[in-house]
Amino acid sequence: MPETNAPGIQGAPIRTKTNGAATAGAQITFLEAIKQAMFEEMERDPAVVLLGEDVGVYGGAFKTSEGLLERFGWERVMDTPISESAIIGAACGMSYLGLRPICEMQFIDFIVCAFNQITNFVAKGHYLWNAPAPMVIRGPSGGGVHGGPFHSANPEMYFVHTPGLKVIYPSTPYDAKGLLKAAVRDNNPVLFFEHKFLYRRIKGEIPAGDYTVPIGKAVVRREGRHLTILSYAAMMHTSLEAAEALAKEGIEAEVIDLRTLLPLDEETILNSVKKTNKCLVVHEDTRTGGIAGEIAALLCEKAFGDLDGPLLRVTSLDTPVPYAPTLEEYFLPNAKKVFSAAKELARY
Amino acid sequence: MKKDLTRQQHLDLYYFMRLNRAVEDTMVKLFRQNKIVGGLYSSLGQEAISVGTSYALQKKDWLAPMIRNIGALLVKGVKPRDIFMQHMAKYDSPTKGKDGTSHFGDLDDLHIVSPISMLGDLIPVMAGVALAGRYLGQKIVAMTWIGDGGSSTGVFHEGLNFAAVQKAPFVLILENNLWAYSTPVRKQVPLENLADRAKAYGIDSYIVDGNDVAAVYSTAKEAVERARAGEGPILIEAKTFRRLGHAQHDPAEYVPKEMRAYWEARDPLALHEKFLTSEKLLDTKSKKEIEDKINTLLAAERDFAENSPMPPAEFAETGVYCPGDECHKIRAKWERPISEVTPPKSSVAAVWTVPGFGAGKGSSGAHAPIHFGDTQPSTGISASEVKSTNGGKPAAKVTAKTAAKKTLKAAAASASRKARR
Repeated sequence: MPETNAPGIQGAPIRTKTNGAATAGAQITFLEAIKQAMFEEMERDPAVVLLGEDVGVYGGAFKTSEGLLERFGWERVMDTPISESAIIGAACGMSYLGLRPICEMQFIDFIVCAFNQITNFVAKGHYLWNAPAPMVIRGPSGGGVHGGPFHSANPEMYFVHTPGLKVIYPSTPYDAKGLLKAAVRDNNPVLFFEHKFLYRRIKGEIPAGDYTVPIGKAVVRREGRHLTILSYAAMMHTSLEAAEALAKEGIEAEVIDLRTLLPLDEETILNSVKKTNKCLVVHEDTRTGGIAGEIAALLCEKAFGDLDGPLLRVTSLDTPVPYAPTLEEYFLPNAKKVFSAAKELARY
Repeated sequence: MKKDLTRQQHLDLYYFMRLNRAVEDTMVKLFRQNKIVGGLYSSLGQEAISVGTSYALQKKDWLAPMIRNIGALLVKGVKPRDIFMQHMAKYDSPTKGKDGTSHFGDLDDLHIVSPISMLGDLIPVMAGVALAGRYLGQKIVAMTWIGDGGSSTGVFHEGLNFAAVQKAPFVLILENNLWAYSTPVRKQVPLENLADRAKAYGIDSYIVDGNDVAAVYSTAKEAVERARAGEGPILIEAKTFRRLGHAQHDPAEYVPKEMRAYWEARDPLALHEKFLTSEKLLDTKSKKEIEDKINTLLAAERDFAENSPMPPAEFAETGVYCPGDECHKIRAKWERPISEVTPPKSSVAAVWTVPGFGAGKGSSGAHAPIHFGDTQPSTGISASEVKSTNGGKPAAKVTAKTAAKKTLKAAAASASRKARR
């Protein structure tokens, strides 16, 4: 990929066309979309409450809940102790009485402090004793902002491996708002990952009225015929950027934004791969045990005869997220790496 | 204190303890016939705690049992057949064979939350139940149990601390049965009285003889009503002994003989029966009637359970997710005006004055001024202290006494508490 054609997601705010949002509305940031979703859901339903560390007076570490305490008061916007297990556990208990709590993990890295509570208590309740837990666990995730090994995680796959949870990882403001609203209204526990690199860097158009985006549906962001690139969150933008560069060399990549990782939209994936016959998966999560492996298995099971080449993947390294910018940049996937992998795959 | 209870209350406690023991005796028989799937855990000798504490709850209140709280489930209204079927993994059991033992619940009618095997996780969950109840205006109390071993978990601390910060209407029963599997309490907790942990959370606690069902009930009753009245979470340490091993497979040879003998002589059912007989609340005839009633009931319940089928294999694949309204219509039951929690009434001015700032409770139970010069020094609220009267051996219940240094407000609170008794 020629350097001159690499504007890079690290650069200026990326203006992205949102899917399906035809109505003229304001251009808002990813972060504003999340704030709007919480605000509107709390406005719509008094059973919706928010709890987390510094979500009240301070408005959240990233200001995603700014103004919510002011509007909805102390009972509905609860600053909690630094106790992730207590936050998740209490939200689960609240959901049993018909509330729909939203839990904020100040950084999604800290979600693993409540791993047992989520995977054993929250996720298994409906299967075991017919107890739905309508709750949302959300928080800022992902790297590229030099947050270091404990503020940059992509822990989605721990939870994709947990039956009973739904896992969402959006890439546009439109989807962030619509999917978060859908998550609040869902009867199941939903994990909602917010890539913090996107918070203030991307803007998108949002329709004026209420809308939701269905959980479990991927979306084709760019149509193409030579290969399929599957991605999500920040890497979706990286993949689109690579696809533009590929187009200049005559390779038309179809870019699909998975949006929901659990349940995975097998239909959209299979339809695309059956058309392009080649598949590249791009994720910021580390390599081993990432969603690419699961997709490889899916394609082997259901589209083996359609494949004209191996499934390739562009991922982060199998290391913790390093701190120094030079190290982190080397660790993360980027458009150039996606471009190279796609070119290699296109040769088959 | 025993005199405070009516004859009917004494007899109810007796009935449920007998039922608790008979249900577990029946399950031992089923276990020996290989009809129980997996392990079987016993609450032999601890029935007074399950029964006495849960008997203090109202129908609308919520509880979450641990594995040795079959008695609490029976008091709350669970049928013995459901307990049998849970242990036998039958299709008609509450979890339809997907989980066993006391791992089941009932959100709609009985208000029971199912436990999981990881200890302590119920504490924040029940704190959340309590907070949701308060938020909805339901005036409920949430209760759960934890053991001496379970009190070593991190989530015990997180949950109780959060409940305390929020002043949740929550009662935690700490069953100190001296053994966590094979590990004695001394290797779990370096404290004579586990109730002392309450001080760290600024909440009140009681110590009660867990083998005295009337004392357990009276203590729990007071704690439940104080929690309901908005005094925040309360911890009750019930001192007792786990008479059998961790489960049926464990002969518990690590337990000293003298210790076992001491506690076997203090069987809660025998003690209560002795009391009832001496007070002429129970005679041979009525005792026989209770026995017959339980035997007849359990024979029928056991028959039902044994005749229930095992779940069909493919049932394993169902029910991971709730598909929506056709599965569960989730509705909060509001018992306060929604207008109180929606704008404009819910809104607060953005000049933040954080509630509770400057109002911490000290470890002595008295008030600790948290004062940085920018707030008024806190004024005292009444605090209660408990003391073990005999150095941590099975202790008689010590009622809360107000702290020596009273403010006007404290005196008023104390007076109102007395009035409630």
